[in-house]
Amino acid sequence: MTDLTPVLTATWGAEESWTLKTYQDHGGYGALKKAFGMDKADIIQAVKDSGLRGRGGAGFPTGMKWGFLPPDDGGPRYLVVNADESEPGTCKDIPTMLNSPHVLIEGAIITSYAIGCNHAFIYVRGEVVHVYRRVMNAVAEAYKAGFLGKNIQGTGYDLDITVHAGAGAYICGEETALLDSLEGLRGQPRLKPPFPAVAGLYARPTVVNNVESIASVPAIIDRGVEWFTSMGTEKSKGMGIFSLSGHIEKPGQYEAPLGITLRELIEMAGGMRGGKKLKFWTPGGSSTPILTDEHLDTPLDYEAIGAAGSMLGTRALQIFDETTSVVRAVTRWMEFYKHESCGKCTPCREGTFWLTQILRRIEAGHGTPADLQQLLDTCDSIAGRSFCAFGDGAVSCVVSGLKYFRAEFEAYVDGTASFDPADAALFDYAVSTDTAATDAPELAQEAHA
Amino acid sequence: MTYDDKTLARLADDAAAIISRYPVPRSALLPLLHLVQAEDGFVSPQGIAFCADQLDLTAAEVSAVATFYTQFKRRPNGEYQVGVCTNTLCAIMGGDEIYREVSEHLGVGHDETTPDGKVTLERLECNAACDYAPVMMVNWEFFDNQTPASAKQVVDDLRAGKDVAPSRGPAKVCTFKEVSRVLAGFEDGRAHEDQGMGEPTLAGLNVAKDQGWKEGGK
Amino acid sequence: MTATADKAGSQAVETVNVTIDGKAISVAKDTLIIRAAEQVGIEIPRFCDHPLLKPAGACRQCLVDVASPGPDGNLRAFPKPQASCTMTVTEGMVVNTQNTSEEAERAQKGVMELLLINHPLDCPVCDKGGECPLQNQAMSHGNAESRFVDVKRVFEKPLALSSEILLDRERCVLCQRCTRFSDEIAGDSFIDLQNRGAMQQIGTFNEDVLGFDGYGPVGIAAEDESGGAFSSYFSGNTVQICPVGALTSSAYRFRARPFDLVSAAGISEHDSSGSAIRTDHRRGVILRRLADNDPTVNEEWITDKDRFAFAWQNMPDRLTRPLVRNDEGDLVEASWPQAIAAAAAGLREAVSGKKAKGVGVLPGGRITLEDAYAYGKFARVVLGTNDVDVRTRIASDEEQSFLGSSVASTGLGVTFADLERAPSVLLVGFEPEDEGGVVFLRMKKSSPKQQVFTVAPFLSRGAHKLGAQLVEAVPGYEGTVLAGLTKAADAVKALSEPGSVIVVGERVAGAPGAFTEALALADRTGARVVWIPRRAGERGAVEAGALPGLLPGGGDVAVAKARKAVASAWGVDDLPRTRGRDVTGILTAASARQLDALVVGGVQPTDLTADMIKALKAAKFVVSLEVRRTDATELADVVLPVAPPSEKSGTFVNWEGRLRGFATAIKTDAMSDHRVLDMLARELGVDLGTATVDAVNAELVTLGVLEDSARMAAPAVEAPAAKAAEKAASVAAGTKSLTLASWHQLIDEGSLQEGEPYLAGTGRIAVARMSPATAEAVGVKEGLVSVQGTHQSSIDLPVVITDMVDGVVWLPAKSPGSWVAATLGLAPGDSVSVKGGV
Repeated sequence: MTDLTPVLTATWGAEESWTLKTYQDHGGYGALKKAFGMDKADIIQAVKDSGLRGRGGAGFPTGMKWGFLPPDDGGPRYLVVNADESEPGTCKDIPTMLNSPHVLIEGAIITSYAIGCNHAFIYVRGEVVHVYRRVMNAVAEAYKAGFLGKNIQGTGYDLDITVHAGAGAYICGEETALLDSLEGLRGQPRLKPPFPAVAGLYARPTVVNNVESIASVPAIIDRGVEWFTSMGTEKSKGMGIFSLSGHIEKPGQYEAPLGITLRELIEMAGGMRGGKKLKFWTPGGSSTPILTDEHLDTPLDYEAIGAAGSMLGTRALQIFDETTSVVRAVTRWMEFYKHESCGKCTPCREGTFWLTQILRRIEAGHGTPADLQQLLDTCDSIAGRSFCAFGDGAVSCVVSGLKYFRAEFEAYVDGTASFDPADAALFDYAVSTDTAATDAPELAQEAHA
Repeated sequence: MTYDDKTLARLADDAAAIISRYPVPRSALLPLLHLVQAEDGFVSPQGIAFCADQLDLTAAEVSAVATFYTQFKRRPNGEYQVGVCTNTLCAIMGGDEIYREVSEHLGVGHDETTPDGKVTLERLECNAACDYAPVMMVNWEFFDNQTPASAKQVVDDLRAGKDVAPSRGPAKVCTFKEVSRVLAGFEDGRAHEDQGMGEPTLAGLNVAKDQGWKEGGK
Repeated sequence: MTATADKAGSQAVETVNVTIDGKAISVAKDTLIIRAAEQVGIEIPRFCDHPLLKPAGACRQCLVDVASPGPDGNLRAFPKPQASCTMTVTEGMVVNTQNTSEEAERAQKGVMELLLINHPLDCPVCDKGGECPLQNQAMSHGNAESRFVDVKRVFEKPLALSSEILLDRERCVLCQRCTRFSDEIAGDSFIDLQNRGAMQQIGTFNEDVLGFDGYGPVGIAAEDESGGAFSSYFSGNTVQICPVGALTSSAYRFRARPFDLVSAAGISEHDSSGSAIRTDHRRGVILRRLADNDPTVNEEWITDKDRFAFAWQNMPDRLTRPLVRNDEGDLVEASWPQAIAAAAAGLREAVSGKKAKGVGVLPGGRITLEDAYAYGKFARVVLGTNDVDVRTRIASDEEQSFLGSSVASTGLGVTFADLERAPSVLLVGFEPEDEGGVVFLRMKKSSPKQQVFTVAPFLSRGAHKLGAQLVEAVPGYEGTVLAGLTKAADAVKALSEPGSVIVVGERVAGAPGAFTEALALADRTGARVVWIPRRAGERGAVEAGALPGLLPGGGDVAVAKARKAVASAWGVDDLPRTRGRDVTGILTAASARQLDALVVGGVQPTDLTADMIKALKAAKFVVSLEVRRTDATELADVVLPVAPPSEKSGTFVNWEGRLRGFATAIKTDAMSDHRVLDMLARELGVDLGTATVDAVNAELVTLGVLEDSARMAAPAVEAPAAKAAEKAASVAAGTKSLTLASWHQLIDEGSLQEGEPYLAGTGRIAVARMSPATAEAVGVKEGLVSVQGTHQSSIDLPVVITDMVDGVVWLPAKSPGSWVAATLGLAPGDSVSVKGGV
């Protein structure tokens, strides 16, 4: 059995865990002091050596990302923290910022110092107002305590942090869309190259990192590379927060070394709800292809999950038991992607529009055998064709759903599928006959969506 | 239709404070639109013009942004924005039924407001609280582990003018305008208010404690 | 392609070797794959790509397979097809397009299918049908049948973005060429993407369309005072570059099929830029005009005036037969021989009759080089006078000296490319957007890199878009302001950068000393001076010598050597020796009966401060050469119909000094002014030699350029004293007298814009502008302000308080309700009386 390793989550249970005082009582800002005594290049090297990979889903090595910054030309360079946590199933950064915002602030200061940034931004999704309050408060506390502002801790180093609220757009989790959004534009992805490291915010060198990545930095600096690399697997080092949701007894946040298995996590979470059978799950949010009970023992690291045909993503483990209709789940996901497609490129904008209609028809029992092939063909016209990775993410639920549960789709088409949505709900209710739960909002309404 | 001089002066002061947070003024557009919602309860055409003036943009450029983000409302919003998550996980865990019953109970559909102007109902996409599914958000505060009954109670209380406390968050849910002002970056002093953490947040920590696992590896 | 071509000379171009569909090619580094493919004749389908816009990568139609050498030198294929419109070539790259890669073809077919699922099948009624990239590419690369069986997206249609530009959203493929053009090229972000995802659409801020509650600001509170949401001067370009039928123009919608049209290349008559246009006509009627691609001049853009203002020439008042005033005093149709004879008789009397006082000639500013030459030669050889002036606007002797010394026969001077490359530009009495059209676009291209300064009463919207710094000046005192620019002034420092340019416009003629000081400033800084007049014919007229003191070839009539050279070329003994009267002088003389006759070309009396109507009435005899009936033709004794530009050939000389020859687009029996004058001269016993364009040009070549000693001296006029300028730029409480500032808006009530209401609808609303202090001093708060000049009538306009120089009121020159010259009888720099609260 793999042990859980609470690091980022360690202080969440403490009294007023979000305050500077509590954070400092638990050794907070010690890493910053240590970092200020280090060479900037050594900090970057330490993060590189730690093998820390981006915790926002893509898993790109964090230290390497920092290393892409061009040499200092005297102009500004920026750190932008991606706190736009919106990937369905993902719910780790929100509790981190709600309960321990200072670990993010400390990480942001260390990172900014290391990369030579004097103005960092934390882009928090707008739909979590108390989180935004807590992060703003933490920044204010940090200014007051002299961790931010001019001449921080007498080092001569200046740093400002602006906490910025988004306004409801999943695509802003994509780093270049986030930069456009932060610049006051529609959050649509930018062409790459140039990459943000070269021309990011205001066309200046910019590092964009996820909350959990940045929050992991203080511990790496404080306890050392060896400590960090002692956790995890060969190429997936360290700990990460695994967010379990769905049909399990005790959903929640489980911080564990990368490489832990779903079987272990479900066991820690008290097992499947009512002892029912696991049907399918996402390893890292809805954009990662679903897996099934075949994969219970697959190590939850980048390589093994990749080899299993999915992606570790954000470790958002959405767990569905046998009462769940895959067709319903996939349809709802596709509605999400259609709603959130930014509209910039043809494949994603038109493709999600089309897929949604086909899936709704299938779910409503009006599908045809040709629809299943059309689903795959349309997915093929989106995946690898769209402007950004959104398109790939959007179709993965359809492709993987058909891969593992084609028979269920066929059952919907030939009218033999029978799922009672009430069976999957956490509370008892009688399914209303007059209004299907999946009633499609009228297109006219969506015009304003 | 434009703001009167006094309102305009006050908003311009707020706008100046917002703009000063950024190296480039245009970055202030999202917070300025939140500010307009704090003033008017939605992104009003006069608010669009105000933002355009502040940032030297055309109205089309401002509406381009305002219509991209779902939090920006184009019609006067209810005092309380009630969003039921109907993304896959919440929907399956009961969110669909919660939405259906609340909608039926209120007599309004998606993005519609009750005649008393109190509640605007909305289908929400994932709000990053999946471990508390099914989730409902009221003015962007968490209402965890909802049932149709609990959700209907919340909207009834809101319409009755009672203070309603979220599951996690401040002591009470503030109004849409108040919350919009916070999102524009103006603190409301409620950061230290707390309803405690729910079990899921501490689930892993509790297991580790029970098992005596040391935090953070060897 | 065009951008790099200009710069090719200055630096060696680094090239890379790539292979596209098996064809090896060496292309400039950083070339986009799609451009490189074009160079070897391979067309990759595309919608969002446009060579003059920044890459977008939005439509995904141009996906190709790409492989490039890795660090080990081995070719590595990209795992998925790449957008060829955004990826640049690198050394050793191997590209396989739809022609050679199944994967690329499959990707393109997939994208095409997705583009078409929501596209209506309305090609048979769509204006783009027959010239539609989507239609063409769907035919060549798409599937024959749609697999889409679900519900298509529909929109209310069409949506009027302005009175001129219509949008059918369901046809739109969201390539964003239109919004990118508006933002990147025109700087008019009046349209942008609205909404998100599948409901994303192009649009203005339209509350109804976007579902906003309440009404937005309209009228003078709107950003451009137009009240219209897409009142860009360049909006028509979006229609032309739209790769589908989503954007159409009100003027052309449902009028024709492209394959029924005959196209002819031409040059726009609307301004001095000489923009290349294409005229599409059917059965003798122009249906539309488009921008032609001329990288040296207008690139692929034209103004909306160039594009849409052509109806004027086919209005019901078009003159087709000569008119002669009969004994009853009525103008009646006559045959050409009758009319020519009548005109000749009248002119003969005015030139050589008893007590003959002579003839004045006003050709108007819109004529071709050949016409101008004919008018000048006709005046001097046939009428024996130097009283000829092409300028039908404010004019001065100083200007003539400037034109004679620094413009005439100087050849190609500052060019569009020079203007684009200039590190800094100083504008004097010139508004690039209103008075220069595509000049503005070229400068915008260099913004914000190029430093722009403008000597003006306030920062106009166009100047603001160029990021110009205002050098405040009260009209009339521009010379004083220029003289006052010291070494320390930002403008002087900036102009000292090599390659800088000083632009002077036609209004500078109203500012004493301004030409003198502009030349002096050029001397001080090393910047070059360029004159950009507003009207298409003015530079040509300077070359042709259609000015009172200027001969063709740049000669000064007052210099014997110059006269001799021209006289000998013309086969006459001598030419009139003294400089003639300018436009105001001619009209004043005619009014005072000091001239007997007038020969008038395309001149609108309403453009002039001098009382032309009075002059026409006072003159014993008036010959008018016009396209349409005007106030001038109504007072003429003989009216000789002449051809509009589309029905003739000839040459406009643009402000660069570039010859912009054009052939006849539509063959009619209408004759050019030069041909008519040739006939008239013949009747008067002179062989003018201007019967054909070729004949005129041959003569011009023979004349050549006169030597410097035959030319005019540079102007040396003192500008008003600094004290006077200061006083003018101040305002005392209770004053009623202000200095008038004014210029023509690009879209206004100019006579060549008549008959096109859709275009007129995109013009900016006429407003009066004054500074806060000025408004307070004259007691104007809001509402209407009334401006009065020398006439009884006043101009009453809504006032917009503007950050501008004190003591000045600005009015648009010829916009609805604001015909400054006609109503006030005044020009910029004159005093007006102002009162508010009317």
